Order: sequence, then structure tokens, then C-alpha cells
Amino acid sequence: MRSSVIVFPGSNCDRDIAVALKKMQFKNQMVWHKETVLPKSDLIVLPGGFSYGDYLRSGAIAGKSLIIEEVIKAAKAGCFILGICNGFQILTETGLLKGTLLRNKNLRFINKDVQIKVINNKTNFSNKYKKDQILKINIAHNEGNYFTDPSHLEELRKENLIIFKYCDVKGNIDESSNPNGSLENIAGILNSNKNILGMMPHPERMTDEMISNNDGINLFSSLLN
Amino acid sequence: MKFSVTVTLKKDVLDPQGKVIKNTLNDMGIKNLNNLRQGKYFEIEVNETNLTLAEKTVNEMCKKLLVNLIIEDYKINKI
Repeated sequence: MRSSVIVFPGSNCDRDIAVALKKMQFKNQMVWHKETVLPKSDLIVLPGGFSYGDYLRSGAIAGKSLIIEEVIKAAKAGCFILGICNGFQILTETGLLKGTLLRNKNLRFINKDVQIKVINNKTNFSNKYKKDQILKINIAHNEGNYFTDPSHLEELRKENLIIFKYCDVKGNIDESSNPNGSLENIAGILNSNKNILGMMPHPERMTDEMISNNDGINLFSSLLN
Repeated sequence: MKFSVTVTLKKDVLDPQGKVIKNTLNDMGIKNLNNLRQGKYFEIEVNETNLTLAEKTVNEMCKKLLVNLIIEDYKINKI
């Protein structure tokens, strides 16, 4: 599988995701945001970081960069798109995913390992996980509080587009296991065609037992499946 | 032509920063403060002499980049 990681000024998880993709046997290329041509890709990753220093709104400026038009075209043609953290924020700013990410409810930058539950395992991003499997994954963000209008929330529920939710170690999904104030503990969502995933947790940080765990690996092996 | 654009969070969107500022002002002894919402302010100069066209340009800027219409409202004023 061929993958492209888009690099913006201020991206800081681009190398991490490249290492994870390489480990999972993806043929990966790094693509600078000023490029106007995308290499042939089966997967495009918008990595985490602080593109353009979070100026205006997180992801707002990156969402208008030159390469994004190509990413939108590829997304509409069915290419898999994965936006992690700042990448998720960029996806909402481009309109590829609906809703937006507000400031964390507690007004603090949160960097910690949290539990998320696999709500939908029948997607190209999650078919290697078990339904309701609990994963321990790192989050590191200031704006991760997912918000959307009631009609879109209803669509997310009905179409099974909520892929991950924050939970506690026992799998309880409630306010105390919600780190950032996200609507319904949402940690990751899909578009209606289910080829675009935006998520705040960092699966690429969980691909090596020596530094963390392997809970992120199955996201990549699901794509290869 | 010069314009100002004020961007505010929509009524139903939680504004935690505004809330903290309000609480701090209350703690500082200002008791008759009812509500406070934080927003953004832009000053924009447009190379255009026709008011309608200039306003149209600023409006386009707001819709395309300056404002996230899901959570924010905006007001344009000529200054």
C-alpha cells in the first residue's frame, strides 16, 4: 500500500507516523504542503502537530494550503485519509469532516495516555480490532473537544460513523472518562463514505512495545487487510 | 477602504475562556457583571472604492477563512 504524509510548517508527528507506516510495510512518501501534485497514494495522512502555530484556529491555515485541493480530490475519489490530532482539526477546517474541535473543556493542554473504545470495528480503519475493545492510546492536544450540530450528531449515530469513544479502564463511557469535553465522548469519526477518519488520539505513538504499547498497530493493519 | 470584523462564538457554544475571565472579574470585586463572551477582532484594508464591492470582498474573506461558521458569528463594520 502506498501512503503519503503531508508535512506543514509546524507539523511535529510527521516522522513518527512515517516510522509507523514503514514498520507496517507501507511505501511512504513525505509531501511538503506547497506541492501541487500528490504521488499516487492509497492512504494520505495529515499528521499531528501545530501547523502554522495554530494561528487563527487550529488547522485553519493548513486547511487552505496548496496541497489540500489535491487531498480533497483524492478523498472524493475514495482514497483513504487519516487525520490525527492536528490532522483531524485540518480535516474539519477543509470540510472533509463535519463539526469542529473546540478548546478542551478544562482549558489545559492534555498530554496523557487514555482509554478509548472501538465502537465500530466494521470499517477499513478498524476491522482488525474487536468490537468494544479498549485501547490505551496517547492524546496530546489543546483543542480536542469535538462539537457538531444536532442533525450531524444524529447522522453520526445512525450511520455508525463514531469509530472511537473515550472510556475508562473498565470501558465506561461517561463524563469522568471524557478528557476534553467532546460531545458523547467522541474520540474519532468517519465521513459518510467511511474513507476518511479523523481522530484526536495518536495511534502512531502506540506501535512499539519498547516505548509504549502496540494498541495502534491494528489501525494500520486494518488498512492493509 | 477600511473595515473591522468582529467574530464571536455562537450563543449555544460553550466559551470556557470567557467564563474564566468573567469569574476572575467577579473575584476582583466586580459584582454587577452579568455575562462575558470572548471573541476576535480584525482590521482589514481593501483596495476598492466601491463600498458594495469592498464589503463583498470582506464577506468572502470571513466565509472562506476568518470565521468558522459552525461555531462563530461575525459582524462587518466600515471604519
